[in-house]
Amino acid sequence: MNPKDLLSPARNTWCPGCGNFSILNAVRSVLAEMDGEGYPLERTVLVAGIGCHAKIVDYLNVNSFYSIHGRTIPVATAIKLANPDLNVICFSGDGDSLAEGLDHLIFAAKRNIDITVILHDNRVYGLTTGQYTPTSPMGFKGRSTPEGSFEQPINPAELMLDAGATYIARGYSHGIEQLQRLIKEAVSHRGFSFLDVLQVCVSYNNLYESYNKWTYTAEGNDSGSKQEARRIIGSWNYDRSDVPIPLGRFYQAHSPRFDQHFSMDRPDGAERGRRIAGLLENFI
Amino acid sequence: MTDKVEDHSDTVIDTVSDTVSEFSVLIGGIAGDGINEAGLTVSRLLSRLGYCIYMYYDYPSLIRGGHNFSIVRAARGTIAAHSDRIDVMIALNQETVERHRVRLKDSSFVIYDDDKVTLEGSGLSGCGLPVTGILKEAFALPVMKNSCILGSFARAVGIDWAVLEEVLKKHVPKRLEQNLLVARRGYDRADPFCTLPRNRIQAEQMAGAEGRRQEGNLSRPLPILSGNQAIGLGLIAAGLGAYVAYPMTPSSSLLDFLARQAGRFGLKVIHPENEIAVMLMAQGFAYAGVRAAVGTSGGGFCLMAEGLSLSGMAEMPVVVVMAQRAGPSTGLPTYTAQSDLNFIASAGQGEFPRFVVAPGDAAQAYYWSGVALNLAWRYQIPSFILTDKTVSEGQYSFDLGAAADPGEAAVDLWDGQGEFLRYKFTESGVSPLAFPPVEGQAVKTDSYMHDEKGITTEDAAFTRMMTDKRLLKGRSLAAELEGYETVLCHHPVASSRGPAGDPGPSGGGGVKSQQSQPGRTALLCWGSNQGVCREAAGRLGLIVVSVLVLQPFPVGKVKDALQGVERMIVVECNATGQLAALVESLGIKISDRILKYDGRPFSIEDLLSELGRVLT
Repeated sequence: MNPKDLLSPARNTWCPGCGNFSILNAVRSVLAEMDGEGYPLERTVLVAGIGCHAKIVDYLNVNSFYSIHGRTIPVATAIKLANPDLNVICFSGDGDSLAEGLDHLIFAAKRNIDITVILHDNRVYGLTTGQYTPTSPMGFKGRSTPEGSFEQPINPAELMLDAGATYIARGYSHGIEQLQRLIKEAVSHRGFSFLDVLQVCVSYNNLYESYNKWTYTAEGNDSGSKQEARRIIGSWNYDRSDVPIPLGRFYQAHSPRFDQHFSMDRPDGAERGRRIAGLLENFI
Repeated sequence: MTDKVEDHSDTVIDTVSDTVSEFSVLIGGIAGDGINEAGLTVSRLLSRLGYCIYMYYDYPSLIRGGHNFSIVRAARGTIAAHSDRIDVMIALNQETVERHRVRLKDSSFVIYDDDKVTLEGSGLSGCGLPVTGILKEAFALPVMKNSCILGSFARAVGIDWAVLEEVLKKHVPKRLEQNLLVARRGYDRADPFCTLPRNRIQAEQMAGAEGRRQEGNLSRPLPILSGNQAIGLGLIAAGLGAYVAYPMTPSSSLLDFLARQAGRFGLKVIHPENEIAVMLMAQGFAYAGVRAAVGTSGGGFCLMAEGLSLSGMAEMPVVVVMAQRAGPSTGLPTYTAQSDLNFIASAGQGEFPRFVVAPGDAAQAYYWSGVALNLAWRYQIPSFILTDKTVSEGQYSFDLGAAADPGEAAVDLWDGQGEFLRYKFTESGVSPLAFPPVEGQAVKTDSYMHDEKGITTEDAAFTRMMTDKRLLKGRSLAAELEGYETVLCHHPVASSRGPAGDPGPSGGGGVKSQQSQPGRTALLCWGSNQGVCREAAGRLGLIVVSVLVLQPFPVGKVKDALQGVERMIVVECNATGQLAALVESLGIKISDRILKYDGRPFSIEDLLSELGRVLT
């Protein structure tokens, strides 16, 4: 399948230079490639929240549920439970999943539901024109925090490790090959996979220079070790712009999945009627 | 009309005659005493005598301690209301006697735990049991005291030991032999009070309605179901595939019930992190083609409002079981109210159609829950089953054979021709559905304003056309509902007997004058007040108009039902008269409002007394 075939006719309205283009292109390539590898495109469902990130589902001619702010994960969870043959990918933002929908993110990791979350982590609210988010550093001067924010950022990878995610990685929107590899790994992983993508917002939080300087790919790390994962993940806490920022796969494990526990056998109408009548005997 | 509650002389127990038309038992104790289960055992015993049952269960919001009581009412015909005229009281503690003394008649009989209760100085008569001693002799556990005292109850009202034995064998899950032993000791030591005659009318009435009058069915007792259980079964009958809920009284028992039945019916029952997730999960299920319902009460529904609006915009079918309790805010968690009608009717930003039905008993809950699920899917809309604590947790005799079967209605599916357009414009406004995977097609749904494909647009013309499309679905729904009995109208029938819809020998006492002008005065009600209104109106010769479907509001049918009515009295369990305001906005004049907002449902006597005040 040609990645070009995946584009919908919708007009793209991201700012020129937006990091979201990298994610769109990487996802197109990965889905086209995986179509011939046991992941037929019609079995893929994309779920998005609200924010600049979410427009990605309009741009792809793929099954999609364009949900509301912060609410990708519950929708995606139910789609997976309804039909475990579907391959469900959430696109979410740092405001979307770390503020408005943080509860769902933690529970998805806790349940190890077999879906993928790709976090478009630009560390600013773009669509509402520049407010601080849960991953903005302390002191971030946004429209709602003109004197600088008074909060420490959340390290989402660390949060996911503690909550029980079984695949945790970080990519960068400059670095398309690595991004494609990580997206493919995350989507192929059986269990809850979380991919944090440092995605640059050119209009409100242009960190290209800083990221180009400080990001590096972690190599040789034992991603089966929680302890080692914790060490790498903890080496940068989204608070500083003068320390190395690791990219790559930090953690991968296999454990029982939430979606393994639900029956797919539902009796037909006549049989349901018989079972209702039978059940009512217990209430006499 | 005096303030005194009318004495229903027809309910006085006659130990030999066959004229008992109704019989009420109150059982009270502390939370943790198993009062609900004991009430169910009494219900099952009386059901085996052929009576129709309604049970009210009253409990505070705590786990141990506090006062709990159940009122079991048995009658010859279908009932959905409790009475404050208690024939037999079962008192597990002194507080039960003190609190409910006012509900007893001169002839009432009290069965009590002799170690905890005394009737001295009360002027009451009854039978005390040395429960502690009996348990000790049998080496039984304290939790078995209910078996002992229910044994005495059975004997006191003339129920054969074999009947009680059968009930206990069927429903006692643990230590059956010891329970039977203490029940037998209680049975043997009780004083007889009366002999309740068997009632064959229930079975005849119910069987007759469906032409099922085979002899074998006549004496078969009916199952006793809570409203929530009936809702669950109705949803299952209509093809429910998933139920998602976060626990909240009084909806929690539906979650518990469906979780237990998940294996039997292949249901996916999920209890997620909060009601926001609940509402969104339901729509994920719907997107993938699984019929889903959610359940909650007012506070939980507040969290669902954003997801409700998504359902309206994305045209994702979802059923919301909304069991009202007394608010605002946490309010009275375990008590009843009908104060969320306005909220449910208008929740969610933007304009989109919805279906709201308020069943009044288990049979209606079963049928209309199935209908609600079917209509949600036929019109791709949110559908509400609006109950309250009274309906959700009340227990009712339920006849599956006589209940209307909602079935699983077919939905409009995409024919596979051309490109799949999730929001295709059609004559009915309803776009045919497809669920992924569909080879060569993308199934797209969107919370933004969208085009037919499901891609975001802010175009003015599409905005108008898509809004019109959604509203058109509402009109199509209203047209289909013309074929349903969305408004029930009961006219007084002078000749019939039995609690449901008849004056009975005692009539309405001080308000008998109403009977000389039948058909001039009507009670207007909705939801749980149907049962009590029908009985009170039956005794006073009034019309009852109960509105089952509240959205789309059946204006024509309500107006038709009120033809010739000169005086209209609205009966609601809220403080502002929400149905009354709605009806008045349609140009229908309301003469009086009888409103109860103390968290407790109307008893028959409560309503008769209020009607007496209003009609004087």
